[in-house]
Amino acid sequence: MAPQGKPTVVVIGNGMVGYKFCEKLLAKSTHFNLVVFGEEPRVAYDRVHLSEYFGGKTADDLLMAPHQWYLDNGITMHLGDAVQEIDRASQTVHARSGLVQPYDYLVLATGSSAFVPDIPGVEKAGVMVYRTIEDLEEIKAAAATARHGAVLGGGLLGLEAAKALLDLGVAETHVIEFAPRLMPRQIDAAGSAMLQSKLEALGLQIHLSKATSHIGGEGRIDALHFGDGSILEVDMLVISAGIRPRDELAKLAGLEVGMRGGIVVNDTMQTSDPHIFAIGECALHAGMIYGLVAPGYDMAEVVASQLTQGARAFTGFDMSSKLKLIGVDVASFGDPFIAEPHSRSIVFEDAHSGVYKRINLSPDGKQLLGGVLIGDADAYSMLLQTAVNKLALPPHPEDLILGARGSEGESSASVLNLPDEALVCSCEAVTKGAICAAVTELNVTSVEAMKKCNKAGTGCGGCVPLVKDLINGTLTAQGAYIKNVLCEHFDYSRQELFDLLKINNLRTYDAALDHYGRGDGCEVCKPAVGSILAGLWNDLIVKQNVIQDTNDRYLANIQKGGSYSVVPRIAGGEVSPEQLMVIGRVAQKYGLYTKITGGQRIDMFGAHVSDLPDIWEELINAGFESGHAYGKSLRTVKSCVGSTWCRYGLHDSVSLAIEIENRYKGIRSPHKLKSGVSGCVRECAEAQAKDFGIIATEKGWNLYVCGNGGSKPQHAQLLATDIDKETLVKYLDRFLMFYIKTADPLTRTAVWLNKMEGGLAYLKNVVINDSLGIAADLEAEMALLIQHYHCEWKEVVENPELRKQFTHFVNAPQVKDPTMEFAEMRGQKKVVAW
Amino acid sequence: METLTEVTWLPVCKTTDIPADGGACVLVEGQQVAIFNFARRGEWYATQNLCPHKQQMALARGLLGSAGEACEPKVACPFHKRTFSLLTGECLNGDECAIQTYPIKVEGDDVYIGWL
Repeated sequence: MAPQGKPTVVVIGNGMVGYKFCEKLLAKSTHFNLVVFGEEPRVAYDRVHLSEYFGGKTADDLLMAPHQWYLDNGITMHLGDAVQEIDRASQTVHARSGLVQPYDYLVLATGSSAFVPDIPGVEKAGVMVYRTIEDLEEIKAAAATARHGAVLGGGLLGLEAAKALLDLGVAETHVIEFAPRLMPRQIDAAGSAMLQSKLEALGLQIHLSKATSHIGGEGRIDALHFGDGSILEVDMLVISAGIRPRDELAKLAGLEVGMRGGIVVNDTMQTSDPHIFAIGECALHAGMIYGLVAPGYDMAEVVASQLTQGARAFTGFDMSSKLKLIGVDVASFGDPFIAEPHSRSIVFEDAHSGVYKRINLSPDGKQLLGGVLIGDADAYSMLLQTAVNKLALPPHPEDLILGARGSEGESSASVLNLPDEALVCSCEAVTKGAICAAVTELNVTSVEAMKKCNKAGTGCGGCVPLVKDLINGTLTAQGAYIKNVLCEHFDYSRQELFDLLKINNLRTYDAALDHYGRGDGCEVCKPAVGSILAGLWNDLIVKQNVIQDTNDRYLANIQKGGSYSVVPRIAGGEVSPEQLMVIGRVAQKYGLYTKITGGQRIDMFGAHVSDLPDIWEELINAGFESGHAYGKSLRTVKSCVGSTWCRYGLHDSVSLAIEIENRYKGIRSPHKLKSGVSGCVRECAEAQAKDFGIIATEKGWNLYVCGNGGSKPQHAQLLATDIDKETLVKYLDRFLMFYIKTADPLTRTAVWLNKMEGGLAYLKNVVINDSLGIAADLEAEMALLIQHYHCEWKEVVENPELRKQFTHFVNAPQVKDPTMEFAEMRGQKKVVAW
Repeated sequence: METLTEVTWLPVCKTTDIPADGGACVLVEGQQVAIFNFARRGEWYATQNLCPHKQQMALARGLLGSAGEACEPKVACPFHKRTFSLLTGECLNGDECAIQTYPIKVEGDDVYIGWL
């Protein structure tokens, strides 16, 4: 049967690791006759994402590769046929079906089974394990009628199983753990406590230090009896008390196995028989069973390499892991437990938001050894990189988990701490290393020159501020003196120029250039000065439209193909049926594509520039006003439905969102501003991802600032707690005005704060304690901006001279741009691709 | 050596049609041409309206400026800020191909471009 001369490799087990071995071996050589035995009826599936089976994924969605893949690659599959015996003398395996298959090499990828502790009553109906798709089907069936469910085991898999029960609608779900804390293998006691309180808030009931003495019930489980005499009534029990390596075949064949299970292997994954290898959860390497998939894949790679004359060896594996458990971030890396005197730890704990972070440093404070992150694991990759690559730590290692709060020098140092391979410009695939090398070796010292040198920042442009920081940081590191200037035309920073224009009462770009600049300006300083002037005087943007950035020039967002989009303001996301009909009619009349935006409003795309004034005239007549979607200004204040409808809502988040949005609408800022108001801690408005976010508390409102999504997401930080509305508005006035006055051009609040000397503590001092003595000025300046609000579109619609500018051809105003092409998609129009 | 090419002067618009220190697009013989009124310098320029980077009819809506010690006049495309010299049409950042420039003159309040 086997083709002449091709050695036969038999794989026992078609799990994730067994499959990965086939894939890796085939990638290296096709000079093998590959035969796979699997006892499950289906081909390998993704066990890591098993819980998604409950979330609507089908068994087929979870397959590692479809059936056809095995056929296409000439693999002989024996599914639902378990190997019962290995005859090492004759080098054959004997399957239950009676099949005898000779082998040259045998790979055991038998995995593990759920460990079922020896508790009286485990055989009763309603007691099951969490391991295979069949197990899940059984759980699903039981959960349909169960009211009280329990999971035995508070480890990783146990908590996942508990989530599955919650998702399946079991009214009361309990987690029973023998140890005094959850996930005892991965995280420390304080982290466990934080995780526990978060999970309890989500409805799980957790019982620690509980030894189950027996399972009660007549044939079918009705209760758990504990060693301390207590009883818990349950209709179903899922056991997830750990794994047991499937080593019975190996044991039967006389291969060496460990005392507590596991097939003993050396660094090449060879068992005590040189023709037989073991990989994945059944293998015992240096006294360790690896229960994660990544080390299993690495073992598969090692065997594939060995069979093809490679030299790869397995030398242990980093067990760092990060996962989202029932919506809670949990991560541990390096050595999470190491303590005094071998290490010193820094711990950050915020019980209110449920965040716990611990990092373990070497005793001299120079190296990161490991840590635990609960509730917020954003820093995981960076911390893991730091630990694995033994990167030097900043002078204040607490910055690693608290965020940089130091001086500008330190924060640019943190940018420089990115690994060289970090992708900075993803459009043009330029790494941090390439950018820094261009500075040091090719003497590239400006963003413009960098664009020319390696195209960084020439795609979407989103990375330009980061590129600038890297250039300046690298130059500073080389000892060069960096003056923060706008561009080649102004030797001042935005903040300096802001003050100069204010003191000298300058109100036009030309005046600013004549007094403080040189040359004829450019695409950097013109919009920046435009933003400063708007922040000072809030004059009509269109009065100086030729200095405005792309979208402010035509008060609309330019889209692919040169058409524009139209976004009326829908404050707080509240819109009436009548308003919806107006938008519908306008979109229909002008042939616009409509889409709901991320900020809870409606965007109409595909407008010809010459149609803009007519479109806005109709919208304004119906009571709408500009949504400023085109401006570096407040976009939306997103809101949840709040206490008026929601049974959890503490306060009326919608009314506050509308009030806040209307207060700050139209005000120009260094970059766009987004906000959100949530009516309770469930945070449906995602306020903590906004430039300023407001969350209702029992006593008032919590104010968070300086968060954003975007290319580098960052959570907002808590500025003030339990404040009333008047205080909230006062703090917001000060905060926003301080940002408008001091941020660099096109710098979001998050980056502004990251660069701020003293960080959040400093900002708090300025906004809350008025440490600079400018609070009254900030409030007055904000009041002036609010007072000068006008709907720019209303001004244009009512002014024939301004309306005239909205044409494509000035010498043929009635002709629309003939190059603009649209195609149809799902019943609406779309732009023909670039 | 210089090759002189006969150009035809075509009236395309009025000076008041083009905002000071800004641009606008005109239709000439079926082609889109960007006209720039660089009022700060007292100069007029004309180029193709198409930005070669993403083939967008957009240069007329771009920002005017100058580059370097020599104050070379330039326009930045509103889409992705590619900049082009208004004198030579050359791309000043990145490696886009150069844009076509046209001779331009103002007589009274009429703007003419030299059609090649």
